[in-house]
Amino acid sequence: MKPALNNQIKDALKQSFIKLAPQTQIKNPVMLVVYLGAVLTTLLFFLSLAGFRDANPGFILAIALILWFTVLFANFAEAIAESRGRAQADSLRSARQDVKAKKLVSAGDPSNYSEVLSSSLKKGDIVYVVAGEQIPMDGEVIDGAASVDESAITGESAPVIRESGGDRSAVTGGTFLISDWLIVKITAEAGESFLDKMIAMVEGASRKKTPNEIALQILLVTLTVIFLVVTATLLPFTHFVSGLVGSGAMLSFTVAIALLVCLAPTTIGALLSSIGIAGMSRLNQANVLAMSGRAIEAAGDVDVLLLDKTGTITLGNRQASEFLPISGVSEEELADAAQLSSIADETAEGRSIAVLAKQRFDIRGRDMAALNAEFIEFSAKTRMSGIDYNADPAEATEAAEATEAAETAETADPAEAAEAAEATEAAEAADSKGQREEIRKGAGDAVKQYVLQKGGQWPQECDQIVKGVAEVGGTPLVVARNGRVLGVIHLKDIVKNGVKERFDDMRKIGIRTIMITGDNPMTAAAIAAEAGVDDFLAEATPEAKLKLIREYQSSGHLVAMTGDGTNDAPALAQADVAVAMNSGTQAAKEAGNMVDLDSSPTKLIDIVRIGKQLLMTRGALTTFSVTNDVAKYFAIIPVLFFGIFPQLTVLNFMHLTSSTTAILSAIIYNALIIIALIPLALRGVKYRELPAGKMLARNLLVFGLGGLVSPFIAIKLIDLILTLCGVK
Amino acid sequence: MVILQDIFFISLLILAAIPLGLYIHKIMIGQKVFLTPVLAPVERIVYKICGVKANEEMRPKRYLLAILAFSLVGLIVLFLIQLLQGWLPLNPQQFSGVRWDLALNTSASYVSNTNWQAYAGETTLSYLTQALGMTVQNFVSAATGIAVLFVLIRGFIQREKETIGNFWVDLTRVTLYVLIPLSIVIALVLVSQGVVQTFLPNHIASSLAGGLSQVTPLGPAASQIAIKQLGTNGGGFFGTNSAFPLENPNTFSNFIETFSLLIIPSALCFTFGKAVKDHKQGRSIITVMLILFIVGLTVITISEQYLAPQFAGVVVSGNMEGKEVINGIGASALWGASTTAASNGAVNATPDSFTAFGGMTMLVLMQLGEIVFGGVGSGLYAMLGFVMLTVFIAGLMVGRTPEYLSKKIEPYDMRMVCLIIFTPPLVALLSTAVAVLMPGAAGWLTNSGAHGFSEILYGYTSMANNNGSAFAGLQANTVFTNLVGGAVMLLVRFLPISATILLAGNMSRKKSVAVSEGTLSTTNGIFVGLLIAIILIVGALAFLPALALGPIASFFTN
Repeated sequence: MKPALNNQIKDALKQSFIKLAPQTQIKNPVMLVVYLGAVLTTLLFFLSLAGFRDANPGFILAIALILWFTVLFANFAEAIAESRGRAQADSLRSARQDVKAKKLVSAGDPSNYSEVLSSSLKKGDIVYVVAGEQIPMDGEVIDGAASVDESAITGESAPVIRESGGDRSAVTGGTFLISDWLIVKITAEAGESFLDKMIAMVEGASRKKTPNEIALQILLVTLTVIFLVVTATLLPFTHFVSGLVGSGAMLSFTVAIALLVCLAPTTIGALLSSIGIAGMSRLNQANVLAMSGRAIEAAGDVDVLLLDKTGTITLGNRQASEFLPISGVSEEELADAAQLSSIADETAEGRSIAVLAKQRFDIRGRDMAALNAEFIEFSAKTRMSGIDYNADPAEATEAAEATEAAETAETADPAEAAEAAEATEAAEAADSKGQREEIRKGAGDAVKQYVLQKGGQWPQECDQIVKGVAEVGGTPLVVARNGRVLGVIHLKDIVKNGVKERFDDMRKIGIRTIMITGDNPMTAAAIAAEAGVDDFLAEATPEAKLKLIREYQSSGHLVAMTGDGTNDAPALAQADVAVAMNSGTQAAKEAGNMVDLDSSPTKLIDIVRIGKQLLMTRGALTTFSVTNDVAKYFAIIPVLFFGIFPQLTVLNFMHLTSSTTAILSAIIYNALIIIALIPLALRGVKYRELPAGKMLARNLLVFGLGGLVSPFIAIKLIDLILTLCGVK
Repeated sequence: MVILQDIFFISLLILAAIPLGLYIHKIMIGQKVFLTPVLAPVERIVYKICGVKANEEMRPKRYLLAILAFSLVGLIVLFLIQLLQGWLPLNPQQFSGVRWDLALNTSASYVSNTNWQAYAGETTLSYLTQALGMTVQNFVSAATGIAVLFVLIRGFIQREKETIGNFWVDLTRVTLYVLIPLSIVIALVLVSQGVVQTFLPNHIASSLAGGLSQVTPLGPAASQIAIKQLGTNGGGFFGTNSAFPLENPNTFSNFIETFSLLIIPSALCFTFGKAVKDHKQGRSIITVMLILFIVGLTVITISEQYLAPQFAGVVVSGNMEGKEVINGIGASALWGASTTAASNGAVNATPDSFTAFGGMTMLVLMQLGEIVFGGVGSGLYAMLGFVMLTVFIAGLMVGRTPEYLSKKIEPYDMRMVCLIIFTPPLVALLSTAVAVLMPGAAGWLTNSGAHGFSEILYGYTSMANNNGSAFAGLQANTVFTNLVGGAVMLLVRFLPISATILLAGNMSRKKSVAVSEGTLSTTNGIFVGLLIAIILIVGALAFLPALALGPIASFFTN
């Protein structure tokens, strides 16, 4: 890390000088004034050597040098903020190299291709990519499935699955295929790809000033104009008054320029763009890519967060928490059946049932082969899963082998698919031999249908248990064996640790949290209460989400949400801050104004924090810059008019040595404070979840009062040092 | 005694301002009031004669254009009346036409609600000019200021609306329902105290001292004095303004006149609170105004009482130079603070004779931008500019893009706010600089040294903040001062007005954002303190160096 940092500083130092070019300086009006001041005082210095003595040449030279340093410090602040992005951009650029792409004539025939350069690909072209190759350009997978290494973009080395259809079909140019093959329809052209946008964003090349930054700049420019007039009018004023009084003389140009630079809001002027760049950079470090700076500012204003329940509020998976047998069935019997039906169930829910059974009754794994068991996977049609097995284990050995083969086949790669199919057939054949038992578990109404179909009884009691589980926010799974209901497994949504506290914090700063879930309203209400969200949207459909967002917006709220699927796109497009998961579809990414490269559902909260921190840093440094001026006035004015009104020195309560040391101290302070505040500008001010009033009071104390006091101390110190060095 | 008088004055002011503010709110939104049965027919006739469609609302640009056109016509009419008064009736003193540059300056001054007077009324203007020219502008320039405030308030309360009211309706209603009835009441009270109201020529009495005759100037004064105070105009009927016995005869009339110069600007704060449906908003603004006012009043009173030059053997009586004995220091200080806090400019004493700090405080109250009460309407809309500036900086510090009254403050709004706030100080400094650069500028001044500079700074500060009070001591009736001053007064009046209307239009078009815990409060103590700090810092940053060369230096050199 150390050499990298050194390189960044070296690079920033070089940039500080490159940025001295007038065309760069003109972009920052406040610093332009300092720049012109530096040029003018330099000229005055040479003129003073040639005989036109505006002031003591040594003094003019000192002022000129300090002003040049002030400009360089401001340049450095911007350069160091940019350097982090530049380093990131360089590594991204290496991923963007031109590669050969296999362009297909038709999507159906991978063998018929022509090799073209990736940069020549057009939207709609179809390419064939195989393991070990780089994906040439952004696109949509239209055929195949493969694991892809996206570390070039996300920094995450674990490969991800990309496949046609569904919500994982988007691929990004510059990423590598690790296995298998894909047929990809190109969706972007060279120069506008995701990678290009990313490079531009992190580099700051396409960084447009955000609305709030522009508004602040207007204020800063106006203040600068005021001070320009204040100092410029002092020339005729002092000329006139010295005439009336008959002593003293007009202020020198050098002093007027120095005074102007002291008073102009140079601190915030120098750091304003660094604050913006650093905010963007912090967002990038959180692995979020904002498509515009505007989105970050909006993030600070967001007051409604739509959060997906799963993954954000609750752990991704529900867990079995208790077995609830109906009367006449022992808990252990229910646990046994549940365990048996779940033992081959690879889902986390299934596993959690097995774990619970083991914990409660020490029921362990059994000889599946001996049972000749066949696992029935959950399907959307039956909405049940379960197991069929032989009541008498002895008959089942042959079948078990076949089943095992089938099971391994399912998880293995497609090449063995044909073999697997044969194995399954064999297993089915074996099944027909013995007396089969069947266990089914599933949603209440699904199992009810199954039981009635089997000619069994549906106990009233079961309805009550199911309802009871749902009321406390759980998911009830009814277990039945051979058409007889045994009881209910309570699957519980586990609310993540610490989310409740987090939502409390959000509420303190005026942000409403709304949980979005596909669950029924009863379950949703229970989880919402447990997690402490303000509201929830149950049985959420994309349309309902969109409607909810519109409702909030029409009553003046700013809404943020996360989404990944194509059906999220309309809601994403409507939301004020819309974070698309990088794993999501192209449509979702295009509709959002940020992309979360980690695809983490909790990222939204971090984004809000970064947005607020950015705005706060701007406000804090503006306050600091303005309050500094008050102290500078008190330092300079009593000694400034010494020639005209020596009596005013009574006000020199800081006991500065002379007007020369006072002015020099003030502008040296002015230059040094820029350097001193660079770390703060880059890091952002400390952010805590506090109500607006407390936050304001705290920042006012630190930056308002601090800004008022610190220059008094610093200027006095510098004055002492200057005096010790013999400056008079 | 002085303190009791001040406390009584301020309490009475606030007590009266609340009902008046609520009354003005009804006028703003067109509700019925107790005067409606009498005035509604008159209102309808006015609209009929002028061809105004009362229910037709204007877009911001059209509204602004109406104001500018109306003011331009007013300027020209007033200019012509002054030039031609020699041929017009009601001129018992047989005054000839006013010199063109003075007439132009005076017209600009009255149209811009400044009432800077480079003349003495009783020796320059005919009764017709006073009554038809000056008094009319006293009414309509004040009504224009209030109309502009109405527009800004509508900008805050309307949502996604393109139009912002009808200027002709606002102008008519404010004049008819607010200014005229109040003026009648105040004028009658003043007449009862001995202020003159007559078309008779000056009364000439031969004095006992041989051959000399004593001239008592007369005229229709009371009616004009009532509105000059109420409308924060400040242009006296007589040259010495309310320091003249026939304009301000006794303690009671002095109290009434001081009271009436602050009553409407105070009431408008409550109008604002009512209109935005949050009384606290209006209350926090008037709190800020009152705090600044009380600080100013205290400094002036103490300075006049204790910081006057002491003469050996003289019983210390404070600084009575240039003050009416009947008013004394207390009432003169109260008036001085009031007339400069509000952009009135009428005087009951000579500011030039105030102590260095007393005079400086009056100067500073103007330099803050005429927002401590300020002009009718104009004081509050400029104060709202400061509020938005404060919200902008403070809003950022709570981590949100700034908003005021649920409206986001964006670049365009910030540009307008800067125009509203920073036009007066810029113009004040620049015009003073131009004046001191004129050869012979030193010759216009009564005093030399730092006090001389204060005189010229005060004069241009007064014009550049539409105040109109004169320090005296600056010889104002020169072609240069008349022309530069005229331009200054028009600029600082109509540039901020334009910015305010455009700001209001932009605000009106916006959606409102919802208020939450994360929203910056603009009604609590922190905000009030911050607003005061920002107002003082902006004022100090712009004027401290100039003040150091003027009154501050005066203080230390005397």
